[in-house]
Amino acid sequence: MKQGLLAALFIARKDLRTEFRTKEALNASISFALVVLMLFSFAFDLGRDEFYDISGGLLWLVFTFAGALIVNRSFIREVPNDCLDVLIASPMPAWSLFLGKVIASFVLLLIVELVSLPVFGLFNNLQWIHAFWPLFGVMILATWGITVTGVAFSAVTVNVRLRELMLPVLHYPLLIPLLVGAMQVSTVLIKGDPTDVFQELRIVIVFDLIFTSLALYLIEFILVG
Amino acid sequence: MRDKAVYILGILGTILMVWNLHNIFVVLPNEAAQGAIGKMLFIHVPAAITAYAFYGVAVYCSVAFLITKNFQYDSVAVSSVEVAQVFTLVNLVTGSIWGHIIWGIWWTWDLRLTSQFMCFMLYLGYLLMRPAIAEATQRAVMSAILAIFAAADIPLVVMAIRLHNVRTQHPAPVLETGGVDPTWQLPLLMGFIVLMLIASALVLVRLRQETVHREIDSLRRELHAI
Repeated sequence: MKQGLLAALFIARKDLRTEFRTKEALNASISFALVVLMLFSFAFDLGRDEFYDISGGLLWLVFTFAGALIVNRSFIREVPNDCLDVLIASPMPAWSLFLGKVIASFVLLLIVELVSLPVFGLFNNLQWIHAFWPLFGVMILATWGITVTGVAFSAVTVNVRLRELMLPVLHYPLLIPLLVGAMQVSTVLIKGDPTDVFQELRIVIVFDLIFTSLALYLIEFILVG
Repeated sequence: MRDKAVYILGILGTILMVWNLHNIFVVLPNEAAQGAIGKMLFIHVPAAITAYAFYGVAVYCSVAFLITKNFQYDSVAVSSVEVAQVFTLVNLVTGSIWGHIIWGIWWTWDLRLTSQFMCFMLYLGYLLMRPAIAEATQRAVMSAILAIFAAADIPLVVMAIRLHNVRTQHPAPVLETGGVDPTWQLPLLMGFIVLMLIASALVLVRLRQETVHREIDSLRRELHAI
Protein backbone atom coordinates (compact mmCIF):
# COMPACT_ATOMS: atom_id res chain seq x y z
CA MET A 1 0.00 0.00 0.00
CA LYS A 2 2.69 2.47 1.06
CA GLN A 3 4.85 1.38 -1.87
CA GLY A 4 1.90 1.90 -4.21
CA LEU A 5 1.27 5.41 -2.91
CA LEU A 6 4.95 6.27 -3.26
CA ALA A 7 4.87 4.98 -6.84
CA ALA A 8 1.79 7.12 -7.49
CA LEU A 9 3.58 10.21 -6.22
CA PHE A 10 6.55 9.31 -8.37
CA ILE A 11 4.35 9.07 -11.49
CA ALA A 12 2.66 12.35 -10.59
CA ARG A 13 6.04 14.04 -10.21
CA LYS A 14 7.20 12.63 -13.54
CA ASP A 15 4.05 13.84 -15.32
CA LEU A 16 4.21 17.28 -13.75
CA ARG A 17 7.88 17.65 -14.57
CA THR A 18 7.25 16.66 -18.22
CA GLU A 19 4.35 19.09 -18.37
CA PHE A 20 6.24 21.99 -16.81
CA ARG A 21 9.09 21.47 -19.28
CA THR A 22 6.89 21.70 -22.36
CA LYS A 23 3.78 23.42 -20.89
CA GLU A 24 1.81 22.01 -23.84
CA ALA A 25 -1.43 21.10 -22.10
CA LEU A 26 -1.23 23.91 -19.56
CA ASN A 27 -0.82 26.70 -22.12
CA ALA A 28 -3.48 25.26 -24.42
CA SER A 29 -5.91 24.80 -21.55
CA ILE A 30 -5.42 28.29 -20.09
CA SER A 31 -5.78 29.96 -23.49
CA PHE A 32 -8.85 27.88 -24.18
CA ALA A 33 -10.38 28.92 -20.84
CA LEU A 34 -9.76 32.57 -21.72
CA VAL A 35 -11.37 32.14 -25.14
CA VAL A 36 -14.46 30.55 -23.58
CA LEU A 37 -14.63 33.39 -21.03
CA MET A 38 -14.51 35.88 -23.87
CA LEU A 39 -17.22 34.03 -25.77
CA PHE A 40 -19.51 34.21 -22.73
CA SER A 41 -19.36 38.00 -22.84
CA PHE A 42 -20.76 37.88 -26.39
CA ALA A 43 -23.28 35.16 -25.65
CA PHE A 44 -25.03 36.87 -22.73
CA ASP A 45 -26.26 40.37 -22.28
CA LEU A 46 -27.32 40.35 -18.67
CA GLY A 47 -27.69 42.74 -15.80
CA ARG A 48 -25.25 42.48 -12.90
CA ASP A 49 -27.63 40.62 -10.57
CA GLU A 50 -28.68 38.20 -13.28
CA PHE A 51 -25.04 37.44 -13.98
CA TYR A 52 -24.48 36.58 -10.33
CA ASP A 53 -27.33 34.07 -10.61
CA ILE A 54 -25.58 32.10 -13.36
CA SER A 55 -21.99 32.77 -12.30
CA GLY A 56 -21.41 29.34 -10.75
CA GLY A 57 -22.75 27.57 -13.83
CA LEU A 58 -20.55 29.54 -16.22
CA LEU A 59 -17.49 29.09 -14.04
CA TRP A 60 -17.83 25.32 -14.03
CA LEU A 61 -18.46 25.20 -17.77
CA VAL A 62 -15.12 26.92 -18.29
CA PHE A 63 -13.39 24.56 -15.86
CA THR A 64 -14.93 21.46 -17.44
CA PHE A 65 -14.00 22.46 -21.00
CA ALA A 66 -10.48 23.34 -19.93
CA GLY A 67 -10.29 20.09 -17.96
CA ALA A 68 -11.04 18.02 -21.06
CA LEU A 69 -7.80 19.27 -22.63
CA ILE A 70 -5.81 18.36 -19.52
CA VAL A 71 -7.18 14.87 -18.89
CA ASN A 72 -7.08 14.04 -22.58
CA ARG A 73 -3.29 14.28 -22.51
CA SER A 74 -2.73 12.16 -19.42
CA PHE A 75 -2.52 8.72 -21.04
CA ILE A 76 -2.02 9.77 -24.67
CA ARG A 77 1.26 11.34 -23.57
CA GLU A 78 2.60 7.82 -22.94
CA VAL A 79 1.68 6.36 -26.34
CA PRO A 80 4.71 7.48 -28.40
CA ASN A 81 7.74 5.18 -27.94
CA ASP A 82 5.45 2.60 -26.25
CA CYS A 83 5.94 4.24 -22.86
CA LEU A 84 2.50 3.07 -21.73
CA ASP A 85 3.40 -0.60 -22.24
CA VAL A 86 6.56 -0.10 -20.21
CA LEU A 87 4.63 1.60 -17.41
CA ILE A 88 2.07 -1.21 -17.35
CA ALA A 89 4.82 -3.84 -17.34
CA SER A 90 6.67 -2.11 -14.49
CA PRO A 91 6.34 -3.69 -11.02
CA MET A 92 4.01 -1.02 -9.65
CA PRO A 93 0.29 -1.85 -9.42
CA ALA A 94 -2.09 -0.40 -12.04
CA TRP A 95 -3.87 1.71 -9.43
CA SER A 96 -0.62 3.50 -8.55
CA LEU A 97 -0.11 4.46 -12.17
CA PHE A 98 -3.69 5.68 -12.36
CA LEU A 99 -3.55 7.56 -9.07
CA GLY A 100 -0.31 9.25 -10.11
CA LYS A 101 -1.87 10.38 -13.37
CA VAL A 102 -4.96 11.66 -11.53
CA ILE A 103 -2.85 13.64 -9.06
CA ALA A 104 -0.85 15.24 -11.90
CA SER A 105 -3.98 16.17 -13.87
CA PHE A 106 -5.63 17.42 -10.68
CA VAL A 107 -2.74 19.80 -9.94
CA LEU A 108 -2.67 21.05 -13.54
CA LEU A 109 -6.42 21.64 -13.71
CA LEU A 110 -6.34 23.40 -10.36
CA ILE A 111 -3.66 25.75 -11.73
CA VAL A 112 -5.84 26.48 -14.78
CA GLU A 113 -8.80 27.17 -12.48
CA LEU A 114 -6.81 29.46 -10.22
CA VAL A 115 -5.73 31.45 -13.28
CA SER A 116 -9.19 31.64 -14.85
CA LEU A 117 -11.10 32.49 -11.66
CA PRO A 118 -9.66 36.04 -11.26
CA VAL A 119 -10.03 36.64 -15.01
CA PHE A 120 -13.65 35.50 -14.82
CA GLY A 121 -14.26 37.93 -11.93
CA LEU A 122 -12.43 40.72 -13.70
CA PHE A 123 -14.19 40.36 -17.08
CA ASN A 124 -17.63 40.16 -15.54
CA ASN A 125 -17.27 42.54 -12.65
CA LEU A 126 -17.91 39.88 -10.02
CA GLN A 127 -16.82 40.12 -6.40
CA TRP A 128 -15.47 36.71 -5.48
CA ILE A 129 -12.56 37.43 -3.11
CA HIS A 130 -14.81 37.28 -0.02
CA ALA A 131 -15.70 33.68 -0.89
CA PHE A 132 -12.28 32.54 -2.06
CA TRP A 133 -11.51 29.90 0.55
CA PRO A 134 -14.89 28.11 0.51
CA LEU A 135 -14.82 28.35 -3.30
CA PHE A 136 -11.33 26.87 -3.29
CA GLY A 137 -12.66 23.97 -1.21
CA VAL A 138 -15.42 23.32 -3.75
CA MET A 139 -12.86 23.58 -6.54
CA ILE A 140 -10.69 20.94 -4.88
CA LEU A 141 -13.62 18.54 -4.40
CA ALA A 142 -15.16 18.96 -7.85
CA THR A 143 -11.83 19.08 -9.70
CA TRP A 144 -10.93 15.76 -8.13
CA GLY A 145 -14.18 14.30 -9.49
CA ILE A 146 -13.53 15.72 -12.96
CA THR A 147 -9.97 14.42 -13.11
CA VAL A 148 -10.62 10.99 -11.60
CA THR A 149 -13.35 10.21 -14.15
CA GLY A 150 -11.54 12.04 -16.96
CA VAL A 151 -8.28 10.15 -16.49
CA ALA A 152 -10.19 6.85 -16.26
CA PHE A 153 -11.86 7.63 -19.58
CA SER A 154 -8.56 8.79 -21.00
CA ALA A 155 -7.27 5.29 -20.21
CA VAL A 156 -10.38 3.73 -21.75
CA THR A 157 -10.08 5.75 -24.96
CA VAL A 158 -6.30 5.59 -25.33
CA ASN A 159 -6.52 2.92 -28.02
CA VAL A 160 -9.74 4.17 -29.56
CA ARG A 161 -9.91 5.75 -32.98
CA LEU A 162 -10.99 9.42 -32.80
CA ARG A 163 -10.19 9.42 -29.07
CA GLU A 164 -10.17 13.23 -28.85
CA LEU A 165 -13.79 13.19 -29.99
CA MET A 166 -14.79 10.21 -27.88
CA LEU A 167 -13.58 11.50 -24.52
CA PRO A 168 -15.99 14.46 -24.15
CA VAL A 169 -18.90 12.38 -25.48
CA LEU A 170 -18.31 9.80 -22.76
CA HIS A 171 -17.12 12.13 -20.02
CA TYR A 172 -19.57 15.05 -19.97
CA PRO A 173 -22.83 13.11 -19.44
CA LEU A 174 -21.18 11.30 -16.54
CA LEU A 175 -20.20 14.59 -14.92
CA ILE A 176 -23.76 15.98 -14.76
CA PRO A 177 -24.44 15.22 -11.06
CA LEU A 178 -21.05 16.55 -10.00
CA LEU A 179 -21.47 19.73 -12.04
CA VAL A 180 -25.05 20.32 -10.84
CA GLY A 181 -23.75 20.21 -7.25
CA ALA A 182 -20.61 22.28 -7.86
CA MET A 183 -22.44 24.91 -9.93
CA GLN A 184 -25.11 25.48 -7.31
CA VAL A 185 -22.65 25.68 -4.40
CA SER A 186 -20.43 28.10 -6.35
CA THR A 187 -23.33 30.37 -7.30
CA VAL A 188 -24.46 30.53 -3.68
CA LEU A 189 -20.90 31.27 -2.50
CA ILE A 190 -20.24 33.99 -5.10
CA LYS A 191 -23.60 35.64 -4.41
CA GLY A 192 -22.87 35.47 -0.68
CA ASP A 193 -26.25 33.89 0.05
CA PRO A 194 -26.69 32.43 3.49
CA THR A 195 -28.50 29.42 1.91
CA ASP A 196 -27.62 25.98 3.22
CA VAL A 197 -25.72 24.13 0.50
CA PHE A 198 -24.78 21.01 2.41
CA GLN A 199 -27.08 18.84 0.24
CA GLU A 200 -25.41 20.02 -2.96
CA LEU A 201 -21.96 19.60 -1.49
CA ARG A 202 -22.86 16.08 -0.41
CA ILE A 203 -23.50 15.07 -4.02
CA VAL A 204 -20.03 16.27 -5.00
CA ILE A 205 -18.47 14.30 -2.14
CA VAL A 206 -20.50 11.15 -2.88
CA PHE A 207 -19.56 11.42 -6.57
CA ASP A 208 -15.87 11.69 -5.65
CA LEU A 209 -16.05 8.69 -3.32
CA ILE A 210 -17.99 6.44 -5.69
CA PHE A 211 -15.95 7.14 -8.79
CA THR A 212 -12.57 7.18 -7.06
CA SER A 213 -13.16 3.74 -5.58
CA LEU A 214 -14.76 2.40 -8.77
CA ALA A 215 -11.95 3.70 -10.98
CA LEU A 216 -9.20 2.45 -8.65
CA TYR A 217 -10.82 -0.98 -8.66
CA LEU A 218 -11.53 -1.16 -12.42
CA ILE A 219 -8.28 0.37 -13.68
CA GLU A 220 -6.61 -3.05 -13.55
CA PHE A 221 -9.14 -4.23 -16.15
CA ILE A 222 -8.76 -1.08 -18.24
CA LEU A 223 -4.95 -1.16 -18.43
CA VAL A 224 -4.16 -4.86 -18.24
CA GLY A 225 -7.41 -6.26 -19.71
CA MET B 1 -33.18 -23.40 -31.07
CA ARG B 2 -32.58 -19.67 -30.81
CA ASP B 3 -34.34 -19.12 -34.16
CA LYS B 4 -37.42 -20.85 -32.83
CA ALA B 5 -37.34 -18.73 -29.68
CA VAL B 6 -37.18 -15.55 -31.78
CA TYR B 7 -40.22 -16.61 -33.80
CA ILE B 8 -42.20 -17.73 -30.77
CA LEU B 9 -41.48 -14.55 -28.80
CA GLY B 10 -42.09 -12.33 -31.81
CA ILE B 11 -45.36 -13.95 -32.88
CA LEU B 12 -46.67 -14.19 -29.31
CA GLY B 13 -45.74 -10.56 -28.70
CA THR B 14 -47.43 -9.41 -31.92
CA ILE B 15 -50.67 -11.30 -31.27
CA LEU B 16 -50.88 -10.04 -27.70
CA MET B 17 -50.05 -6.53 -28.86
CA VAL B 18 -52.89 -6.52 -31.42
CA TRP B 19 -55.30 -7.80 -28.79
CA ASN B 20 -54.08 -5.26 -26.26
CA LEU B 21 -54.23 -2.36 -28.72
CA HIS B 22 -57.81 -3.33 -29.58
CA ASN B 23 -58.56 -3.33 -25.88
CA ILE B 24 -56.92 0.04 -25.32
CA PHE B 25 -58.35 1.93 -28.26
CA VAL B 26 -61.75 0.30 -28.77
CA VAL B 27 -62.91 -1.24 -25.50
CA LEU B 28 -61.54 1.18 -22.88
CA PRO B 29 -63.15 4.61 -22.50
CA ASN B 30 -60.97 7.70 -22.77
CA GLU B 31 -59.32 9.16 -19.70
CA ALA B 32 -61.75 11.59 -18.04
CA ALA B 33 -59.45 14.59 -17.71
CA GLN B 34 -57.00 14.09 -20.59
CA GLY B 35 -59.05 12.44 -23.32
CA ALA B 36 -57.56 10.02 -25.84
CA ILE B 37 -53.97 11.19 -25.32
CA GLY B 38 -54.08 9.76 -21.77
CA LYS B 39 -53.83 6.33 -23.37
CA MET B 40 -50.23 7.14 -24.23
CA LEU B 41 -49.59 5.75 -20.73
CA PHE B 42 -50.00 2.20 -22.08
CA ILE B 43 -46.93 2.57 -24.28
CA HIS B 44 -44.98 5.23 -22.39
CA VAL B 45 -44.71 3.47 -19.01
CA PRO B 46 -44.10 -0.12 -20.24
CA ALA B 47 -41.41 1.20 -22.64
CA ALA B 48 -39.57 2.83 -19.73
CA ILE B 49 -39.75 -0.29 -17.56
CA THR B 50 -38.64 -2.52 -20.43
CA ALA B 51 -35.69 -0.20 -21.08
CA TYR B 52 -34.65 -0.30 -17.40
CA ALA B 53 -34.94 -4.08 -17.35
CA PHE B 54 -32.58 -4.41 -20.31
CA TYR B 55 -30.13 -1.81 -18.98
CA GLY B 56 -30.10 -3.98 -15.87
CA VAL B 57 -29.34 -7.07 -17.96
CA ALA B 58 -26.55 -5.16 -19.73
CA VAL B 59 -24.91 -4.09 -16.47
CA TYR B 60 -25.18 -7.61 -15.02
CA CYS B 61 -23.61 -9.08 -18.17
CA SER B 62 -20.87 -6.45 -18.15
CA VAL B 63 -19.86 -7.38 -14.60
CA ALA B 64 -20.10 -11.06 -15.54
CA PHE B 65 -17.86 -10.46 -18.56
CA LEU B 66 -15.17 -8.79 -16.47
CA ILE B 67 -15.21 -11.75 -14.07
CA THR B 68 -15.45 -14.64 -16.56
CA LYS B 69 -14.08 -13.09 -19.79
CA ASN B 70 -16.79 -15.02 -21.65
CA PHE B 71 -17.62 -13.13 -24.85
CA GLN B 72 -21.19 -14.34 -24.82
CA TYR B 73 -21.84 -11.92 -21.94
CA ASP B 74 -20.44 -9.05 -23.95
CA SER B 75 -22.74 -9.90 -26.85
CA VAL B 76 -25.78 -10.01 -24.56
CA ALA B 77 -24.73 -6.68 -22.99
CA VAL B 78 -24.42 -4.82 -26.27
CA SER B 79 -27.63 -6.31 -27.65
CA SER B 80 -29.50 -5.34 -24.48
CA VAL B 81 -28.15 -1.79 -24.51
CA GLU B 82 -29.17 -1.30 -28.12
CA VAL B 83 -32.70 -2.53 -27.53
CA ALA B 84 -32.96 -0.57 -24.28
CA GLN B 85 -31.88 2.58 -26.14
CA VAL B 86 -34.72 2.08 -28.63
CA PHE B 87 -37.25 1.72 -25.82
CA THR B 88 -35.84 4.74 -23.98
CA LEU B 89 -36.32 6.70 -27.19
CA VAL B 90 -39.90 5.42 -27.47
CA ASN B 91 -40.45 6.53 -23.88
CA LEU B 92 -38.96 9.99 -24.52
CA VAL B 93 -40.83 10.56 -27.77
CA THR B 94 -44.23 9.40 -26.49
CA GLY B 95 -43.71 11.48 -23.35
CA SER B 96 -42.83 14.48 -25.44
CA ILE B 97 -45.95 14.14 -27.60
CA TRP B 98 -48.08 13.79 -24.45
CA GLY B 99 -46.36 16.83 -22.93
CA HIS B 100 -47.00 18.88 -26.05
CA ILE B 101 -50.74 18.25 -25.79
CA ILE B 102 -51.22 18.33 -22.01
CA TRP B 103 -48.56 20.84 -20.89
CA GLY B 104 -48.32 22.79 -24.14
CA ILE B 105 -44.54 22.26 -24.32
CA TRP B 106 -42.44 19.52 -25.88
CA TRP B 107 -39.82 19.41 -23.18
CA THR B 108 -39.02 20.65 -19.67
CA TRP B 109 -35.92 20.06 -17.53
CA ASP B 110 -37.86 18.10 -14.96
CA LEU B 111 -36.51 15.36 -12.69
CA ARG B 112 -37.84 12.39 -14.63
CA LEU B 113 -37.32 13.79 -18.09
CA THR B 114 -33.77 14.84 -17.39
CA SER B 115 -32.71 11.61 -15.73
CA GLN B 116 -34.21 9.58 -18.56
CA PHE B 117 -32.44 11.74 -21.14
CA MET B 118 -29.12 11.42 -19.28
CA CYS B 119 -29.58 7.66 -19.17
CA PHE B 120 -30.03 7.75 -22.94
CA MET B 121 -26.94 9.93 -23.45
CA LEU B 122 -24.72 7.80 -21.19
CA TYR B 123 -25.50 4.61 -23.06
CA LEU B 124 -25.33 6.42 -26.40
CA GLY B 125 -21.66 7.00 -25.57
CA TYR B 126 -21.37 3.24 -24.99
CA LEU B 127 -22.77 2.49 -28.45
CA LEU B 128 -20.66 5.19 -30.09
CA MET B 129 -17.44 3.93 -28.57
CA ARG B 130 -17.79 0.26 -29.53
CA PRO B 131 -17.14 0.56 -33.26
CA ALA B 132 -14.15 2.82 -32.56
CA ILE B 133 -12.16 0.00 -30.89
CA ALA B 134 -10.75 -2.46 -33.37
CA GLU B 135 -9.54 -5.20 -31.04
CA ALA B 136 -12.35 -7.49 -29.78
CA THR B 137 -11.12 -8.17 -26.23
CA GLN B 138 -10.32 -4.54 -25.63
CA ARG B 139 -13.68 -3.49 -27.03
CA ALA B 140 -15.50 -5.87 -24.70
CA VAL B 141 -13.54 -4.80 -21.60
CA MET B 142 -13.91 -1.08 -22.28
CA SER B 143 -17.62 -1.44 -23.02
CA ALA B 144 -18.16 -3.37 -19.80
CA ILE B 145 -16.36 -0.69 -17.82
CA LEU B 146 -18.37 2.05 -19.48
CA ALA B 147 -21.64 0.26 -18.73
CA ILE B 148 -20.65 -0.03 -15.05
CA PHE B 149 -19.63 3.64 -14.86
CA ALA B 150 -22.92 4.70 -16.44
CA ALA B 151 -24.92 2.53 -14.04
CA ALA B 152 -23.08 4.04 -11.05
CA ASP B 153 -23.90 7.51 -12.33
CA ILE B 154 -27.66 7.12 -12.71
CA PRO B 155 -28.57 7.20 -8.98
CA LEU B 156 -26.38 10.29 -8.61
CA VAL B 157 -28.09 11.98 -11.56
CA VAL B 158 -31.46 11.37 -9.92
CA MET B 159 -30.14 12.64 -6.58
CA ALA B 160 -28.68 15.78 -8.19
CA ILE B 161 -31.71 16.68 -10.23
CA ARG B 162 -34.00 16.11 -7.30
CA LEU B 163 -32.12 18.95 -5.58
CA HIS B 164 -31.96 21.14 -8.62
CA ASN B 165 -35.63 20.92 -9.40
CA VAL B 166 -37.87 20.04 -6.51
CA ARG B 167 -40.99 21.05 -8.40
CA THR B 168 -41.95 18.34 -10.84
CA GLN B 169 -44.49 18.54 -13.61
CA HIS B 170 -44.40 14.84 -14.36
CA PRO B 171 -47.53 13.01 -13.17
CA ALA B 172 -47.10 10.93 -10.03
CA PRO B 173 -45.87 7.50 -10.98
CA VAL B 174 -49.07 5.45 -10.89
CA LEU B 175 -47.23 2.19 -10.39
CA GLU B 176 -45.69 3.36 -7.12
CA THR B 177 -48.85 4.95 -5.75
CA GLY B 178 -51.21 2.29 -7.12
CA GLY B 179 -53.50 5.09 -8.30
CA VAL B 180 -54.46 3.54 -11.62
CA ASP B 181 -58.08 2.60 -12.27
CA PRO B 182 -58.74 -1.19 -11.97
CA THR B 183 -59.96 -1.34 -15.60
CA TRP B 184 -56.61 0.11 -16.73
CA GLN B 185 -54.49 -2.33 -14.75
CA LEU B 186 -54.75 -5.28 -17.13
CA PRO B 187 -53.95 -3.35 -20.36
CA LEU B 188 -51.00 -1.73 -18.58
CA LEU B 189 -49.68 -5.08 -17.42
CA MET B 190 -50.28 -6.56 -20.88
CA GLY B 191 -48.48 -3.58 -22.44
CA PHE B 192 -45.49 -4.37 -20.27
CA ILE B 193 -45.58 -8.11 -21.13
CA VAL B 194 -45.94 -7.38 -24.84
CA LEU B 195 -43.00 -4.99 -24.93
CA MET B 196 -40.86 -7.39 -22.88
CA LEU B 197 -41.61 -10.20 -25.37
CA ILE B 198 -40.83 -8.04 -28.38
CA ALA B 199 -37.71 -6.63 -26.73
CA SER B 200 -36.50 -10.15 -25.90
CA ALA B 201 -37.04 -11.21 -29.53
CA LEU B 202 -35.09 -8.16 -30.71
CA VAL B 203 -32.26 -8.90 -28.28
CA LEU B 204 -32.08 -12.48 -29.59
CA VAL B 205 -31.96 -11.29 -33.21
CA ARG B 206 -29.24 -8.78 -32.36
CA LEU B 207 -27.40 -11.44 -30.36
CA ARG B 208 -27.27 -13.74 -33.38
CA GLN B 209 -25.94 -10.91 -35.48
CA GLU B 210 -23.25 -10.24 -32.88
CA THR B 211 -22.25 -13.91 -32.73
CA VAL B 212 -21.98 -14.15 -36.53
CA HIS B 213 -20.01 -10.93 -36.58
CA ARG B 214 -17.56 -12.36 -34.07
CA GLU B 215 -17.16 -15.57 -36.11
CA ILE B 216 -16.48 -13.57 -39.28
CA ASP B 217 -13.93 -11.52 -37.38
CA SER B 218 -12.06 -14.57 -36.14
CA LEU B 219 -12.11 -16.15 -39.64
CA ARG B 220 -10.73 -12.94 -41.08
CA ARG B 221 -7.98 -12.93 -38.48
CA GLU B 222 -7.16 -16.57 -39.27
CA LEU B 223 -6.97 -15.73 -42.96
CA HIS B 224 -4.73 -12.81 -42.16
CA ALA B 225 -2.41 -15.10 -40.18
CA ILE B 226 -2.11 -17.46 -43.12
